[in-house]
Amino acid sequence: MEKRVVFRSAWLPYALVAPQIAVTLVFFFWPAVQAGWYSFQLQDAFGERTQFVGLANFAALFRDSNYLHSFQITAFFSVMVAGSGIAISLLLAAMADRVIRGALAYRTLLIWPYAVASAVAGVLWLFLFAPSIGIITFALRSIGINWDWVLQGNQAMLLVVIAATWKQISYNFLFFVAGLQSIPKSLIEAAAIDGAGPGRRFRTIVLPLLSPTAFFLLVVNIVYAFFDTFGVIDATTQGGPAGATQILVYKVYYDGVKAADLGGSSAQSVILMVIVIALTVVQFRYIERKVQY
Amino acid sequence: MVENRPWLTVMSHAVLIAGILVISFPLYVTFVASTHTLDDILKVPMPLLPGDRLWENYWQVLTAGTSKDVTAPVGRMMFNSQVMALVIAFGKIAISIIASFAIVYFRFPLRNFFFWMIFVTLMLPVEVRIIPTFKVVSDLGMINSYVGLTLPLIASATATFLLRQFFLTVPEELAEAARIDGAGPMRFFWDVVLPLSKTSIAALFVIQFIYGWNQYLWPLLITTDESMYTAVIGIKRMIVTGDALTEWNLVMATAVLALLPPALVVLFMQRWFVKGLVETEK
Repeated sequence: MEKRVVFRSAWLPYALVAPQIAVTLVFFFWPAVQAGWYSFQLQDAFGERTQFVGLANFAALFRDSNYLHSFQITAFFSVMVAGSGIAISLLLAAMADRVIRGALAYRTLLIWPYAVASAVAGVLWLFLFAPSIGIITFALRSIGINWDWVLQGNQAMLLVVIAATWKQISYNFLFFVAGLQSIPKSLIEAAAIDGAGPGRRFRTIVLPLLSPTAFFLLVVNIVYAFFDTFGVIDATTQGGPAGATQILVYKVYYDGVKAADLGGSSAQSVILMVIVIALTVVQFRYIERKVQY
Repeated sequence: MVENRPWLTVMSHAVLIAGILVISFPLYVTFVASTHTLDDILKVPMPLLPGDRLWENYWQVLTAGTSKDVTAPVGRMMFNSQVMALVIAFGKIAISIIASFAIVYFRFPLRNFFFWMIFVTLMLPVEVRIIPTFKVVSDLGMINSYVGLTLPLIASATATFLLRQFFLTVPEELAEAARIDGAGPMRFFWDVVLPLSKTSIAALFVIQFIYGWNQYLWPLLITTDESMYTAVIGIKRMIVTGDALTEWNLVMATAVLALLPPALVVLFMQRWFVKGLVETEK
């Protein structure tokens, strides 16, 4: 799509894009290039000498069982967050689509967690699940479950999955509500006249028509779980216990900032960038198809 | 509603109410905890009804921080968060609107190149290129400053993309008429494009305000001085390892304060919020 009517000026368009381009160059491209550059270098412990080592950092990463483990954890974490978030919000959206009375009040009360910072969301759940004083910990103990995520990796994972999902439900919910509203009522009515009950209609009409929304949300949620959950992890488990919740993006931060391994951390950054680009391409291919459809 | 099925309607309401209760539970407990003394909270189980320390707790964190770990007042941090959120929101909108105006309404060499350059920044979240970006900012001497907090986050492909899409839907006749009447590009921008973009700007503002207020990793690295902390960072610094050492009542009061402004923005600007959310992701 292009405009037929345009303005002419030799300098004005450049002046108008200049601020955006300047910020992009200094804070996006320059660091990205540096990350690429550092990833081929090895720095000694005091940061005094650097040495060009080629692909050695990458090779070391893929030999490092911690890193491979972090991949598995990230995969598990993002599938859990995306899967449970989508399932819960689809249920809520399907119900919200049915009710007429109080629809706005329900929506309002369901969307506010979007406004909560991921680190704050982490703190809220951390407090509920705190090993010695948490109210949910207390409830779990009274039914015989020994809850202590500080020691048990599975429980720590459950905690971050809950906190991360909680924050994302409102986002998914809004998109499902919009998707449900765009389904033509005549289809549903026709099915009802043919004798299909609500469950049958949902399965054979609503769900297939909603699948583009669901797929879009799947990609967005995976990106969310990969990157935006940093705050949740850092405010609660900090990757522990023993790396049980150390997702890739947290490891980049930990290795680069806490362990001061510049080369290793940059190599991880480069790998993450490749993953982001791949996910974005998937997303855009899908959007193109939707536009044609 | 296609047919009347009372039991299904009742069930829908029941599911929604249950969902809201579960989703709101953490907030309720947080609020209750922020109204008690520390001793009350450390009793297991903690009380589930609000206590009488509401004003004392909030007043203490707002003016003096916690007594041990963070001595900067949360009032100051809220101010920092406010500055960060507003500068990021307005800055993003300002530089994006002129950039997308240039890209849509001018033909010039490198136009597509610039567009793609902005567009690929969508793909690189701060978390991914954190260390090099931090180095660049510290080389520029921007640690512990508002410029360092906001400027690196101001480039936004999202806003540029959204505004470009909107400009493409503006009728051609308007630009034609403006040119026939002898208006230059900037006159056209101020008198026609800007007023037409009001709803898009409002929607973008809500989304970007929340984005700016809730930033975590960036301020965590860039602020080492307590007086430059944002509210979100303040909370994180107040939590000490070991449950009993943390002043949970004050942490929870801070948490309520930190989530209130963006939550109010979402509630009161709900229409723009929904529009912004749905459109920025297209």
